[in-house]
Amino acid sequence: MSTVSITLGEVGASLALIAVAIAVSFWRRAELEQDIALAVLRSFVQLTAVGYVIQAIFDSDSLWLVVALLAGMVAFGAWTARGRAKAVPGATGPILLALSVAAAVTLGLVLAVGVFEAEPRYLVPVGGMVIGNSMTAVAVALNRLADEMHDGRRQIEAMLALGATSRQAARATVTRSLRSGMIPLIDSTKTTGIVFFPGTMVGMLVAGAEPIDAVRLQVVLLWVLLGAVALAGLIAVSLAYRGFFTAAHQLRE
Amino acid sequence: MLRDVTLSIRSGSTALLGPSGSGKSTLLRLLNRLADPDDGVVRFHGTNVCELDPLELRRRVGLVPQLPAPVAGSVADNVCFGPLLHGKEIDPEGPVRQAGLDSSFLERDASRLSVGEQQRVMLARALALEPEVLLLDEPTASLDSAATAVVEDALGRLRGLSLVIVTHDRAQAERLAERTVELHEGRVATA
Repeated sequence: MSTVSITLGEVGASLALIAVAIAVSFWRRAELEQDIALAVLRSFVQLTAVGYVIQAIFDSDSLWLVVALLAGMVAFGAWTARGRAKAVPGATGPILLALSVAAAVTLGLVLAVGVFEAEPRYLVPVGGMVIGNSMTAVAVALNRLADEMHDGRRQIEAMLALGATSRQAARATVTRSLRSGMIPLIDSTKTTGIVFFPGTMVGMLVAGAEPIDAVRLQVVLLWVLLGAVALAGLIAVSLAYRGFFTAAHQLRE
Repeated sequence: MLRDVTLSIRSGSTALLGPSGSGKSTLLRLLNRLADPDDGVVRFHGTNVCELDPLELRRRVGLVPQLPAPVAGSVADNVCFGPLLHGKEIDPEGPVRQAGLDSSFLERDASRLSVGEQQRVMLARALALEPEVLLLDEPTASLDSAATAVVEDALGRLRGLSLVIVTHDRAQAERLAERTVELHEGRVATA
């Protein structure tokens, strides 16, 4: 198998496309030049740093370090998702639990089934994918939950007035929020291989793996991600809706 | 915002009258614990409402909201919704007739009715719980005069339960209520 080696000069040359992005933004006055520059800088610094961290973890071969890294990803993911769900009262706990459970259950399952061995070189990238996709789904679902609780306040209070519990009054809202968190990944899973090639498959093909091997691994990962996203979304919305209600089944002001 | 309100609402029909922002809807929401006061006590038959099960209290003290908020489904689905929450199956025809609609409405999609008809569905839905008290929050504010007359007629025919009607319309208060409590800037002006 041939390996891919990329020099810093080659990385630098790819900045030409960034220049195109900045030129487009400047030309159409989209005012995204600073954001693009920041995104380029952050992606380089963050990925380089994490590259060294992952290298160190692979070298040490310590599962404890893997757990510590995944915990760090969960914490950062929860912080990011929290930022997008500011209008949900007390969302931090539900988000942390959602990401942790999604990561633990899905990684546990792929290990139990024997898809991967319990080694850092599998657990770190797969864990990162699971946590990252779960974070996005949870952020979308909670954002939608906040919007729906705000827009549907009259409807929900009318149900409470009939003697519905907060759970009964919020049921339809919670379901719609969960759907909105899951739909993007379901849609991208449906179109995979036609509209876009997922990253793992691309990485394996570029690195010289047999296409069928790359496809099988990608299929496993897509299905694992669907499960993780469903689990994370369900936990997050099922717990977070409670923040909108008091113990006496009243909507908070 | 309500301040220094001391008030006893007897059985029968009572109107809470006042301009918008005078606190009358807030007061109504305290009566079935959709909200709690920061300070002070609300009693129902002498018991602090905070000591009662809020779900049971809301069955006994029903509310018709200012704007219709039907659940998805037919008129019958809406009318049966409250009793089902409390584990009871009912015949929706009785409450629908009490609210001034005929039984041909039962299978119609509630969301496709006129606002006036939807407001009567809201009344039927609250009556289906057989409440002791019915709270009405500006029940005709969004209706034209013809629909207002129909709703007022249905309210006038109700027997065996007390009404608390929030309104900004003094004439309506006089038509519907035996007593009027007037609120002004969160305080009782006259009772």
